[in-house]
Amino acid sequence: MVKKSVWSMCGMCTVRCPIRVETEDNQVTWIEGNQHLLEGALCAKGSAGIALQNDTERPQRPLIRKGGRGAGRWEEVSWYAALDYVADNLKTIISKHGPESIMLSCRGGPFIDLLKAFIHGLGSPNFTNHDSGCGRNVHHASVSVYGLGRKDFVYDIKKSRHLVLFGRNILAALRIAEVNQVLDMLDAGGKLTYVDVRQSLTGIKATRFFQVRPGTDYALALGIIREVLKEKAYDREFIDRYVSDFDKLEEFAEPYTLAWAAGECGIKAERIKDFVQEIAADRPKVIFHPGWMLSRYRDSFYASRALHILNVLMGNVEVEGGQIFAKGPGDCGVKGLRSLDAQVPKPTAKRADGVGWKYSHFDKGPGLFHLFYEAMRTGEPYPLKALICVRHDPFTCFPDPQAQKEALDKLDLLVSVDTHYSEFGWYSDVILPESTYLERDSLIATQKGPKPRFIMRRKAVEPRHDTKSLNEIIKLLADRLGIGQYFPFTTSEELWAWQLEPTGFTLSDFDAKGFVSLADKPVMFDRNKLEGKFKTPSGKIEIVSKVLTDAGLPSLKPYESPEKPAKGQFRLVFGRSPLHAHSHTINNPLLHELMPDNTLWINKRQAAKLGVADGDWVDVISSGTTGTIKAHVTEFIHPEAVYMVHGFGRQVPLQTRAYHAGIADQKLMKGFLTRMDPAGGGLCLCECFVTVRRSAKNPKRMVEL
Amino acid sequence: MKKYMLYLNSKRCIGCHGCEVHCKTNKGLPVGPILCEISHQPLKLVAGVPKTEFQFRSCYHCEDPDCVAVCPTGAMQKRHDGIVLVDQEKCIGCMACIGACAWGVPQLNPDTGKVVKCDYCLDRLDAGLKPACVTRCATHALKFVTLQEI
Repeated sequence: MVKKSVWSMCGMCTVRCPIRVETEDNQVTWIEGNQHLLEGALCAKGSAGIALQNDTERPQRPLIRKGGRGAGRWEEVSWYAALDYVADNLKTIISKHGPESIMLSCRGGPFIDLLKAFIHGLGSPNFTNHDSGCGRNVHHASVSVYGLGRKDFVYDIKKSRHLVLFGRNILAALRIAEVNQVLDMLDAGGKLTYVDVRQSLTGIKATRFFQVRPGTDYALALGIIREVLKEKAYDREFIDRYVSDFDKLEEFAEPYTLAWAAGECGIKAERIKDFVQEIAADRPKVIFHPGWMLSRYRDSFYASRALHILNVLMGNVEVEGGQIFAKGPGDCGVKGLRSLDAQVPKPTAKRADGVGWKYSHFDKGPGLFHLFYEAMRTGEPYPLKALICVRHDPFTCFPDPQAQKEALDKLDLLVSVDTHYSEFGWYSDVILPESTYLERDSLIATQKGPKPRFIMRRKAVEPRHDTKSLNEIIKLLADRLGIGQYFPFTTSEELWAWQLEPTGFTLSDFDAKGFVSLADKPVMFDRNKLEGKFKTPSGKIEIVSKVLTDAGLPSLKPYESPEKPAKGQFRLVFGRSPLHAHSHTINNPLLHELMPDNTLWINKRQAAKLGVADGDWVDVISSGTTGTIKAHVTEFIHPEAVYMVHGFGRQVPLQTRAYHAGIADQKLMKGFLTRMDPAGGGLCLCECFVTVRRSAKNPKRMVEL
Repeated sequence: MKKYMLYLNSKRCIGCHGCEVHCKTNKGLPVGPILCEISHQPLKLVAGVPKTEFQFRSCYHCEDPDCVAVCPTGAMQKRHDGIVLVDQEKCIGCMACIGACAWGVPQLNPDTGKVVKCDYCLDRLDAGLKPACVTRCATHALKFVTLQEI
């Protein structure tokens, strides 16, 4: 019996917690959180990784489509045949339409260097990811205020005195280190204010709960800003030093009184007043979390911007127990990892999604995926002909899969690289099955923070099936496409050594703990010398953003009240459960066992009006699409909203457990693929209204014979 | 006689159900048996915040366990330190213990046709480690406690 212990990185969700894996004879026997960082802690998904690896309901060898797209007729082929097929098609497309007609999308995260190098190496600028259905509004809001992205800051929650969450269900999102920080903060007497349209896993630990009317987050934030200004509960010295156009904020906020905010959000004015008094006493250790997945309302960008501004008012920049600049290797006197993409000449074509030229205020990095659909439909600025999705399922991530399919039908090649069958994969032309995270090596990556580190994933076991790691797949494709020189490695060890070479570290430095720490103590900048740290055009924290002004957009947008649902209708909102990583895990045997489907949360009074009792089947109807699930009747959701967990309602027949289990919010959102927040670039995914009725599926009598 | 207990600090428990899966994967259990369970009462408004707390339940390792008394083969045993366990070699899967237990703690493993139950991860305990549910608890809410006589 051969026993092994391997430091690695979880891959069940995109948090990517550090883990240690034990194996016996190439079987995983034990997974735990890295003792040095998480003291063993792991979530249900992390443990269920074993079931993912053992599951046979995942692609086990390369597949090429035989029937029509989505018909589900596949031919199993060898890797040679599959890679040749993809490479030959890409070559034909490049020769006819140029390399820019190829786009590549992924989930984002620490390993994108490989994928960027590949698509840029081909000569296409069209690298994108899932973020326009997720955190783009937050990111762009951060850029507009600080000139820095949302990941350029980290939050020292553990030592904060007050954490304020607007719909950020932080405990269900289950970044294990972060969750423990929140609980440590609460154990130490810290306060948690939770704002949402419904009560959540996070809210039950809160010291204060504001159940707001759906779509009024911005109103509440404005009311708080006005009250903070009125009470002078802000850090004047910090603002004088680093903030521009503060007077414009005072002028702008004037009409947004507590009484006004109270009326708009449905929260009593004195409760907001009490809250402001508390944060006035607790600042600067008050963290207004600017949101994570905030592709929600048409003003979510401005809501996030207001939350970023509240942090500024608190003086919460580079303070212990607050918002801290994320430090990288350079801040510790260490050279960064060598980048694959940096060796590749920058493509000269403009992006097909218009980011960087048509939309000057958006970050060019991953652009905005949903805007590529427009380019596919119109052929402008040029035709797109191939889409490669790496571990990303746009049909689940973005609304209205039918509209997406119609646009994708203009493309000649759809390739899915994934560990499981995604709905996009099912519709694609080729599925290249990726090995699970327990069976693959990934790039070494940098984790920025107060104590930055180099992190890595190493395979714990050999692949169970005929699957390959992403590193191998990209390398083999690159060789076939004549860009192998940008991937100077054959083995993982060669790749890692090449990446590490400038840093002075070697692979053996990861042996002791599974990571390389670049600082013993948190690296903090001198808060009195932050000049030059903010990357806005003015170098200041910008209340009025020059970039937004240049794009013809307001920085301080007057509030517009959200639409009320028509009689019998509800605003559809969605979220996540601690048991599932959205659609990725719905078919996992052990997670499916604990949470096989989703329910529709509906307010008790509204349910009574509809004659719906807890546990009844209800039809959820929107623009001709109907889904039927069971009702969860509760008083702790706003009467205007209904809620479901995202990721369910999957329609891949080979995933027998997930097949048609529960319903999918995004499939109810007809026409929402083009509903973008023009300032933030995020989609408006909580602007869909649905009709709910008691379903005819509820039996009136039992008829058996 | 009884020495051990699993204690849940409900202030830290977030109801992620991790313990249930940690337990299953450590014992290599298929879909079916779940040897520990997180549950909660419906939400109730407490000082303006809808609240609930999570409870943890597994085997109570009774002082005088009915499952042990009823077992025809001696597979179900109570160890010197109070741990009630199933000897997989001796279990014939007659399920008498399942009927005898008031809480339905012993469960059939459909893969082996034998009974499984919480034994505090005996193998880990004897190797100086803690039960799987405790070691991997996502929020360090579960503790393995040794009871002391006062």
